Parts: sequence; structure tokens; C-alpha cells
Amino acid sequence: MIATALQIAFGAVGAALLLDLYRIGRGPHLPDRVLGLDTLTYNAIALLTLAGLHLRQDTYFATSLVIAMLGFISTVALSLYLLRGEVIK
Amino acid sequence: MSAAFLVESLIALLILTGAFFTLAGSVAMVRFPDFFLRLHGPTKATTLGVGALLVASALYFSWHEGEVRSQDVLIMLFLFMTAPVSAHLLAKAALHLGVDCQNDLPRKRPDGAGWSGASAGSAPIESALDAGGRSDEAG
Repeated sequence: MIATALQIAFGAVGAALLLDLYRIGRGPHLPDRVLGLDTLTYNAIALLTLAGLHLRQDTYFATSLVIAMLGFISTVALSLYLLRGEVIK
Repeated sequence: MSAAFLVESLIALLILTGAFFTLAGSVAMVRFPDFFLRLHGPTKATTLGVGALLVASALYFSWHEGEVRSQDVLIMLFLFMTAPVSAHLLAKAALHLGVDCQNDLPRKRPDGAGWSGASAGSAPIESALDAGGRSDEAG
């Protein structure tokens, strides 16, 4: 039962990743691309969690934590760049 | 009905819920017409979906190892704290750039008063952007 749910979830999260790539490539504005990048990191965390469940290994949480922190920091840095033209005053 | 069956059903339900909301967030980001609507999908639906997947992972490993594994709950807490912050900054950046916010504002009243009250006499969106720029430089 968990294996079937995992197959469906892999398909759904993979489709979500493709939709994020579409939004990053299409734009039409710069904040849209940054939003797509932010969602891409969220979906990467979801995919890593699913891979950990599929392979029955609970060592993927460190990778997910690093991706979550890098995604947050990069989103904040890009937003501040769009807002002020410089990241650190 | 055994306890193992119940726990497996709960984990499978959480995985399916998480996958549905993750996909729904990305579909919302692609399908909605302007940027401030697009911001809703990833901020709320994707956060809920990833949170459900992480809870499923924590439950699965806690059940199989026979002891509490709470690392995934840590990631979930981090995501729940940072998602509103990054969405707020993105909305602020889009307001500053003037993305998608000129078209759908209501017209000003014929007697010249601004619809927002604070911006009578000048174009509302420009004065709002000026105020935003000034408060940013002050802060």
C-alpha cells in the first residue's frame, strides 16, 4: 500500500518539478522566476523525502535540511537584490 | 484490523495528501494570471504538501525503528517558519518593481479623492511605490 502511494507521489512531485521549470523559463517577470526557484527547492525536499521512504533510509534528512536552508537564503538574497539592487548594505 | 495496517494506511494517506497538495501548488503557480495570485500556490499549498510528506516520513521511520525519529519534524518546522518570510519579501520586491499591479485597481472618485484615502491628489500606485521606497531607505 505504501509502495503504490509512493509511485503515485513520485509521479505527482515529478510533474510539479516540470511545472516549476516551466515557470522559471517562461517568466514573464523576475519575481516569477525567483518564485519558481523557491518552489523548486520545496519540491526537491519533497522528492528527497520520498526517495528516503522508497529506499528505507533515514539519512536523507540532513540533505533536506541543507537544501531548505540554502533555498530560504537564496530566495531572501534574490528578493533583496530585486528590492534594493544590492544584497548587503 | 491490526495496528500495522492502520499505521500503514495513515502513512499512505499522508503521502497521497502531500503529493496532491504539492502538485496543486505548482499547478496554481503555472495557471494563475498574475504574480500576486501565483504567490498563493507555493506559499500555502506546497508548504502543506511538503509538511504532510515529512510527517509521513517521520511516522514511517518511527514505526519501523521502534523509537521516535523527529528529524523530519525539524525540517517541517523550519519550512513553516521560513515560507511566510520569503513570500513576504517576494511580494515586497514585486510591489517595488511594479509587477502586475497597475491594471486591476479601481478608478479614483470623480471629486478627486483617492480611493486609498492617503493618496488624494496623486496617482495612487506611484505614491504607494514612493512611500515604499522611502521607508526602505529609512529602515
